Amino acid sequence: MTRTDVDTPTPSPAPRERRRFGSSGLGLGFVIKLVLVALVDALGVYGLLAAYAVGHWGIITTLAIGLVVVNWVYFSRKAIPAKYLVPGLAFLLVYQLFVMLYTGYVSFTNYGDGHNSTKSDAISAILLQNDRRVEGSPTLPMAVVQKGDELGFAVIEEDGQVWVGTADQPLEAAPDAVVQDGRITEVPGWDVLSYAQVIERQADVLELRVPVSDDPNQGAVRTQNGTSAFASRSIYTYDADADTMTNTDTGAVYRPNDQGVFVSDDGAQLTPGWRVAVGFDNYVAMVTGSDLSAYFFQVLAWTFAFAILSVGTTFALGLFLAVVFNDERIKGRRAYRSLLILPYAFPGFLAALVWRGMLNQKFGFINEALLGGANIPWLSDPWLAKLSVIGVNLWLGFPYMFLVATGALQGLPGDVMESARMDGASPARIFRSITLPLVLVATAPLLIASFAFNFNNFALIYMLTGGGPNFPDATVPIGATDILITMVYATAFEGGARDYGLASAMAIVIFIFVGVISWAGFRRTRSLEEI
Amino acid sequence: MASDVATVRGQQTTLEHKPPRSRWWREVGWRHVIGVVAIAYCLLPLLYILSASLNPGGSLTGSNQLFKTIDFTNYSDLGSTDFSTWAVNSLIVASVTAVGTVLMCASAAYAFSRFRFTGRRATLTGLLLVQMFPQTLAFVAIFLLLLSIGDVFPVLGLNSRLALIAVYLGAALGTNAFLMYGFFNTIPRELDEAAKIDGATHAQIFVTIILRLVAPILAVVGLLSFIATYGEFVIARVVLQTPENFTLAVGLYNWAADERNAPWGLFAAGAVIASVPIIVLFQFLQRYIVGGLTSGSVKG
Repeated sequence: MTRTDVDTPTPSPAPRERRRFGSSGLGLGFVIKLVLVALVDALGVYGLLAAYAVGHWGIITTLAIGLVVVNWVYFSRKAIPAKYLVPGLAFLLVYQLFVMLYTGYVSFTNYGDGHNSTKSDAISAILLQNDRRVEGSPTLPMAVVQKGDELGFAVIEEDGQVWVGTADQPLEAAPDAVVQDGRITEVPGWDVLSYAQVIERQADVLELRVPVSDDPNQGAVRTQNGTSAFASRSIYTYDADADTMTNTDTGAVYRPNDQGVFVSDDGAQLTPGWRVAVGFDNYVAMVTGSDLSAYFFQVLAWTFAFAILSVGTTFALGLFLAVVFNDERIKGRRAYRSLLILPYAFPGFLAALVWRGMLNQKFGFINEALLGGANIPWLSDPWLAKLSVIGVNLWLGFPYMFLVATGALQGLPGDVMESARMDGASPARIFRSITLPLVLVATAPLLIASFAFNFNNFALIYMLTGGGPNFPDATVPIGATDILITMVYATAFEGGARDYGLASAMAIVIFIFVGVISWAGFRRTRSLEEI
Repeated sequence: MASDVATVRGQQTTLEHKPPRSRWWREVGWRHVIGVVAIAYCLLPLLYILSASLNPGGSLTGSNQLFKTIDFTNYSDLGSTDFSTWAVNSLIVASVTAVGTVLMCASAAYAFSRFRFTGRRATLTGLLLVQMFPQTLAFVAIFLLLLSIGDVFPVLGLNSRLALIAVYLGAALGTNAFLMYGFFNTIPRELDEAAKIDGATHAQIFVTIILRLVAPILAVVGLLSFIATYGEFVIARVVLQTPENFTLAVGLYNWAADERNAPWGLFAAGAVIASVPIIVLFQFLQRYIVGGLTSGSVKG
């Protein structure tokens, strides 16, 4: 028996069948994979170098880990599922998960205008911005030079030696530079700008300070005409050991405080400051004691009112129309249906803008054409603006509810309705006791999702009213129709001083609300069972 | 059941004789009245913007008499504006995002549906949790992140269309992976097992078998993602800063929000052109959009 087995082995189907799928391993797929991974690696290495150049350690770490993971996953034979998951998860981690966590981090800092960067950046900025010509310092012949897009100065020191530097690169000797008649005509590696070129970039040239050395206390070289330079030095000196700023004119000493600013004993502050962790200050400022806190609860209440009324009105109208059209005898139901969903098909951002024009107080279609020249301030009266927002959202949202409710009505058990009718229940009674509860149960998850969506319906509010009419004495432009998310936008980008920290704290509050709302809706769906 | 009863009753009435007019009014006619009113409410703003786009005056006041003049000046004037740039930007951003979303979600759904690996349950649960929080809520952090990335990769920093696409792709798995995962699970495993016995690799099974069978859902997810991206406003507004990079949403907003000299005629013409492709797409996708909402994806 065994012998026959060995002599006439049953031909394995594999070799023949394999041809149907081509040779695996080093085929076209492998080449594509190699090229793609090589491309990712090349970009990654470039990024590592660039990030190292600007000293961005967060990006360096992320890139390094990313590169190791990508190469391991795509060249290992084991991690097959990972090969399919890595691209999507990479984007998800950076642009969704990280930004959510980063929102949380920023909400505990004072990141914003005046606190945009690190402490050492703030120190250099203070020293450079408050400079003045060093008394008795010589006027030195110089030329403006350029490398790529970067401007620099070439200066002839009193000993005849030429020095070159830029804003980021302190002066260093350039022994090969050519000097003719006391003018610098050539600096190796640099283009010497002509007078016309200097005029062209006048503003940049006047702004430029080339540090004398790595120590910002040493001062810098600057110019007022592009041909002669002088030494300037800050009126402040920074003492790294004591961590203090001293004003050399008045002798006042400024110490860093826990808000990320240098403050003198009499309370004077130096700007800019730097980013520091401020604990729960932003959350406290949100609800009490700041310019915004006076309006926070008002906005919060309107956010809930808007979301609830939006869902309520759209659902009511949608259900009403669905009931009206839920009758086989109506001719042209399809035509009605496809016309009724047009507002939902129309891009939402355009709808808000169209309505904004139609509701214009002086020239809008509603006042002029429909109301015969009335002068109703639809968008500039606080209460009418709220009404308008709800009204426009009704137009935008009811077709969706109509579709949903129609679907739910068609799924209702006919025998129950029939027996209710037999028992003599009136149509109103059937609707109240049977139809409505059943439809509500069927559509509850969608209603909750709709609530969550409207809770953050930024585009509608921002485009229709811009949140206005604005509260007259708010420092940040927020108004009667602002909801939380538009308030976040105003705080972060539209106020006199951008305040990313406070804006992020408000975003975190929205996260919490949305999380609770979604969780409520989530428990009603079966998504969890599918895992 | 309900429809059965109704048809039976309907047949009876037609067999006997036409119902009297008054009864028809009481039972059916009034529904048409409501229908006509509702349709007028639906169509009025749409007709208004169409009429405004055909009115060469170009001001709000001039647009109040519907279809007073029919003139295509506004449309031809669009040629000398940034409109075509914005339209191209919107098409590029939305198309690339749609294709990227489909590819990434299909791959992820394949992995979740066909492989059993450690961390699978945790990743799926994580996705469900992430899905609860819309990405737009973090637009401040997105702005700050791109500000930092811009120091290293300027092309992925602020004011870049590529960066905007990357941000949109970040939301891809959270929004659509589950929809696809459910669909992938309906494809019988016997198919890929047979192919595996025939010597197919996992990549061959994915490309030549599974992807072909789920092609309809790929198209739907792609188009839904296209529509959502096309209409997205907040993140585009935060990321894009100069007119040559704007998408339609950002660009048209700037026109309509310009209170002083609002180019209303231009805006109207632009709005008509911008909305037609979406309305057409929507007619095809209607039932998927309503179905998709049940599974958690939301029209933007």
